[in-house]
Amino acid sequence: MSGEKKKWVGSSYKRKEDMRLLTGRGTFMDDILLPNMKHAAILRSPYAHAKILDVDISEALKAPGVIGVVTGEDVKKASKPYPCGVTIPTKYYTCAVDKVRFVGEPVAVVVADNRYLAEDALDLIEVDYDPLEAVVDIEKAIEPDAPVLHENIGSNIYNHRFFKYGTDWDTLCQEADEVVKWKFNFPKYAGSPIETYGVIASYSSFENSYVVYNNYQGPFVNHALTAMALGIPENKMRWIIPTDIGGGFGTKTGIYPYCALMSIVAKKTGVTVKWIEDRREHLLASATCTDRVTYIEAAVRKDGKILGLKDKAMDTTGGYIRPPEPGCAYRSTGNHTGAYDIRNLDREVYIVATNKGLTAPLRGYGCQELYFSTERITDMAAAKLGIDPAEIRFKNFVQPEQMPYTTATGGYYDVGNYPAAFQKCLDIVEYDKMREYQKKARAEGRLVGIGLASVVDPSVTNIAYVAIGKTIEERKNERDKSGSGEAAIVKVDPLGGITVICSTNPQGQGHETVISQIIADEFGVHPDEVVVDSVLDSSDRLYSITTGSFSSRFASSGTTAIVRASRQCIEKAKKIAAHLMKIKVEDVVMEEGKFFAKDKPEKAIKLRHIAGAAHWNQYDLPEGIDAGLFGTSLWTMPTSRPPDGKDRVNSSNTYGFVAEAIVVEVDQETGEITFLKWASVHDAGTILNPQIVRGQVLGSIVQAIGGSMYEEQAYDEHGQCLTASFADYLCPTAMEMPKVDVDHFESPSVLTALGSKGAGEGSSMSVPPAIGNAIADALAPLGVVVDELPLSPSKIWHMIDEAKAKTN
Amino acid sequence: MADKRQVKVKVNGVEYEGYAEPRKLLSDFLRDDLELLGTHVGCEHGICGACTILFNGEPIRSCLMFAVQATGAEIMTVEGIAENGKLHPIQEAFNEHHALQCGFCTPGMLITVYHFLKENPNPTEEEAREAVSGVLCRCTGYTQIVEAVMAAAEKMRIAA
Amino acid sequence: MKPTAFEYFTPSTVQEALQLLESQGDEAKIIAGGQSLVAMMNFRAARPEALIDINNIKDLDYIREEEDELVIGALTRERTLEVSPLVKEKCPILAKAITHIGHLPIRFRGTIGGTLVHADPTAEIPITSVALDAKMKIAGPSGERVLNAGEFFLTYLTSAIEENELLVEVRIPTLPPKTTAWSYVDISRRFGDFAIVAVASVLSLDNDGVCKEARIAMGGVAPTPVRAKEAEALLAGQKITDSIIEEAAIKAAESDDVDPDSDYHATAEYRKAMTKVLTQRGLKEAWTNFEGSK
Repeated sequence: MSGEKKKWVGSSYKRKEDMRLLTGRGTFMDDILLPNMKHAAILRSPYAHAKILDVDISEALKAPGVIGVVTGEDVKKASKPYPCGVTIPTKYYTCAVDKVRFVGEPVAVVVADNRYLAEDALDLIEVDYDPLEAVVDIEKAIEPDAPVLHENIGSNIYNHRFFKYGTDWDTLCQEADEVVKWKFNFPKYAGSPIETYGVIASYSSFENSYVVYNNYQGPFVNHALTAMALGIPENKMRWIIPTDIGGGFGTKTGIYPYCALMSIVAKKTGVTVKWIEDRREHLLASATCTDRVTYIEAAVRKDGKILGLKDKAMDTTGGYIRPPEPGCAYRSTGNHTGAYDIRNLDREVYIVATNKGLTAPLRGYGCQELYFSTERITDMAAAKLGIDPAEIRFKNFVQPEQMPYTTATGGYYDVGNYPAAFQKCLDIVEYDKMREYQKKARAEGRLVGIGLASVVDPSVTNIAYVAIGKTIEERKNERDKSGSGEAAIVKVDPLGGITVICSTNPQGQGHETVISQIIADEFGVHPDEVVVDSVLDSSDRLYSITTGSFSSRFASSGTTAIVRASRQCIEKAKKIAAHLMKIKVEDVVMEEGKFFAKDKPEKAIKLRHIAGAAHWNQYDLPEGIDAGLFGTSLWTMPTSRPPDGKDRVNSSNTYGFVAEAIVVEVDQETGEITFLKWASVHDAGTILNPQIVRGQVLGSIVQAIGGSMYEEQAYDEHGQCLTASFADYLCPTAMEMPKVDVDHFESPSVLTALGSKGAGEGSSMSVPPAIGNAIADALAPLGVVVDELPLSPSKIWHMIDEAKAKTN
Repeated sequence: MADKRQVKVKVNGVEYEGYAEPRKLLSDFLRDDLELLGTHVGCEHGICGACTILFNGEPIRSCLMFAVQATGAEIMTVEGIAENGKLHPIQEAFNEHHALQCGFCTPGMLITVYHFLKENPNPTEEEAREAVSGVLCRCTGYTQIVEAVMAAAEKMRIAA
Repeated sequence: MKPTAFEYFTPSTVQEALQLLESQGDEAKIIAGGQSLVAMMNFRAARPEALIDINNIKDLDYIREEEDELVIGALTRERTLEVSPLVKEKCPILAKAITHIGHLPIRFRGTIGGTLVHADPTAEIPITSVALDAKMKIAGPSGERVLNAGEFFLTYLTSAIEENELLVEVRIPTLPPKTTAWSYVDISRRFGDFAIVAVASVLSLDNDGVCKEARIAMGGVAPTPVRAKEAEALLAGQKITDSIIEEAAIKAAESDDVDPDSDYHATAEYRKAMTKVLTQRGLKEAWTNFEGSK
């Protein structure tokens, strides 16, 4: 199936979503207005770490327009802590109970006639705090005398695991010519979608059930976990996700605690409650990626061959750990060795509590943290060995003839030609010419650098990776976890119109358009005739715990579910056609939306006549065929297996490839960076819609530029957030986005119906190391080592200044 | 609580009359009171630009004005760009060049570009880039937006 | 992020505004463009009990030339100044500096008076006004007084305006194009952000390219915009060369008045270093763009 030339798939069909979005008629969370809806505001902790001695809400309750106030005590009574995939006893409630553990943690909720009045009443709540010493530094947090966030855990370690794959590290070091080691710091940054979180919750005491509108992006495992936290059956909690979500990027996987919180608030106050997160709340307390400290060593041979890696990665998930963490450390398990044929790995993982905001998957989940250390150390190894950074990559790539390739850690790479794709990137950036240019520039005293990164882009996570947070022994007592299921319903109405209900819950990725393209090809209709409904309603949509838009799953598993549901529908249509034409099913041919006997193409019947028969004359259907015309699929990739007994797991299901080549110049007086040239080559398998894919790649690049140079949820030593406004949390503007040549090298996946793999996250993973490598290369003549992000001009200037001071 | 004041505004050619407390932000008045939900609120401190509207023909942040300050003003929001059920050339260009993904910043982008191309019908790419830099977009990487602005300018020049 | 409640007044004359300031007392605030104030109110970092909206005082919106001064009403919008042919001709540094203010929608609403009274030490108009020795005409209950830009800024976000006073006019000396070299340069994190450091330079030159007087104002290096007095003194009477520019830049950065703080975006050391870099680059740019240097 894959790679086959299609009429519509593969074309830059213009987006159907745009008509409503361009004319101000989208339906986002804040556009949903319900009768008697009241408005919530959340009181948040000003302290990073403090005991809550008392919360006095008496004055707030008397304030104008106030309907009710909910405190941590109410939340404790009404819910249980969220379950999480670690063995320590976590106590994550959606509102602080006895203690606050990060600035911005919810402490109480006011419901009032409007948001203005609700915020007025927040000012009247008196909270008596007993401030405690805070800890924000990852390594300080695990020192024995560090202030402990969770007394019931007894330390600040949420999770700690060791892994060994292949040859023992010490033996490997003896085989190696060099062992290169360094410590890297990866920052805490966020997706910061322009639409913030939003929830509308209502409760019916008669049915003991909740309806919760929210802009959650999945995975729907958190629907189940929220029901568990609320202590109700899952089917008593209906979530409705509106048609339009204003960006997700992983950040909106972190809304679900507010779904629980507002459910509790709706129940206690007895009204329908709307809460729209404001930007300050978002920047303080929504979700970021984990910041990570990595100690990494690479054992290399003189010729550049990397024999093995040893790393100790320490992530912090902030004041609490909540699902899908500890995924930050384990989501990348299968692709830990990236694009390289490295069979030996020694890993240690810490997940640590600090008094900082909480985390969630962020576009690239766990991989930018990983590749920043592995791709930087690769360059450092090359420098040590006197090898060009491109050459060391060629030396280590998994070769096309090794495909399908199973990594040391269990990843299953089905297809790919990494050397060819990487070469394409070098050609586009004119690598050799740029090296010459760099030579000349250096001779003139200019700081020009070339940064490369070549990474494997995993998509469609296999939920199995979460289990890796527990030891093999601990897992023995639990049910195995696996899967990547995505759902679709394709139905043909009595007049022959096709409607698709998808469960992929898009946030701007153009699913309605691409689905229409796929359906157009499958059914031989025009994409404009297809209607796609992307509302996700847990009560009537097909979904599973893995459903949603995350880990670039639409292009692989979402599209396959659409194709499978379509073909199921077409198979049924063929049976009805055979019945109507009184021929054998095997003899029915479908082309261009018409069904006919293979020897009588002139006597075709149209899909709408078959649909008509299926709906209007239900008596006259073939034996055993239900009325109506539809197909459904909840397809999980067959490669989604549980972890094995050696901690190996195919943590994702399709694996793309990204090569990034960036040429920068650093202004040595100011530390400012200019991008001179940039090539980004992606193997995302079959390209479904080139224009949409280009937008996805450019979008992931601008966010990665943000994380590498501008954006950070930064804290002072007391745990006060320094970046709680858009004046300090710096999202790149159009002026910070350079020209980037985006190109593709297509190796269609053999695992998906259309050969497509994920495309929207690749550069999120490859750009931070590529920028790091480029700046490091630029500053190399000064002896500067780049080992942290984001690189602000002030930071770069200090690096240059210190290097100059050393040499003087 | 301060008393509500009368607010009379013309939005997209239609006269509206409402009552607002002085502190009510113009962005909230448009959305809550006039139910013109096309204007989006992204930061409420004047940086993201999603709430940009035309105020007497000039682009402003509607989150940095009070509704009471708008009395007597003529306002244009994203709902007013398309005419007679037809997309404006800027909207067409945005569609053709994939200049939007989630669409949340799009109202602010479109209003910004609408004003920009009126002032500068024949811009350079750099000018177009600078013009849209006052609106944050987290999805697109801006490249296709700039391409759309250039294409829209050409469409409008041909039509003029 | 919704503001607290306030009483709202819309005077149509300066007299009415002054009376309201008297009657409403300490907790009243003037609102002009509101581009900083409303953002602060939305964060509830500012909680005025009354807002006196001067946008209806149409008399305060003007730009005219009087002898060797540009006379600008306090309510004049930044965008109006930016595109004014008079400003571009008579005081181009002001028009240029304004292009560095935020983004267009901010400049369409923001006013010259508002940004001056807000007194952010990294803001473009305050820095430029210090470089130009602008004069601020302030109306109060007992009449008007005039302050020089140097006296007007007291400290971070604090001007010399009393609670019962209103800034009504700004007078800026015009710059004779044939004998003036100028530049406005800054470093900011992103395009449109407040500057980390900004330097405004104005050099008065004679026909031989000798500097008669130099005025250099630096922002982001102290609680108010400050003049680089030592550098100015060094340049006075000198022919402009690369080496004198560098010497002046070093003096500017070493000035006692340059005493920046560190924050998340930049350290004090960085700001100090940028004072030198930007003074040097600014003076070079001023000299290069100056007709007489050719």
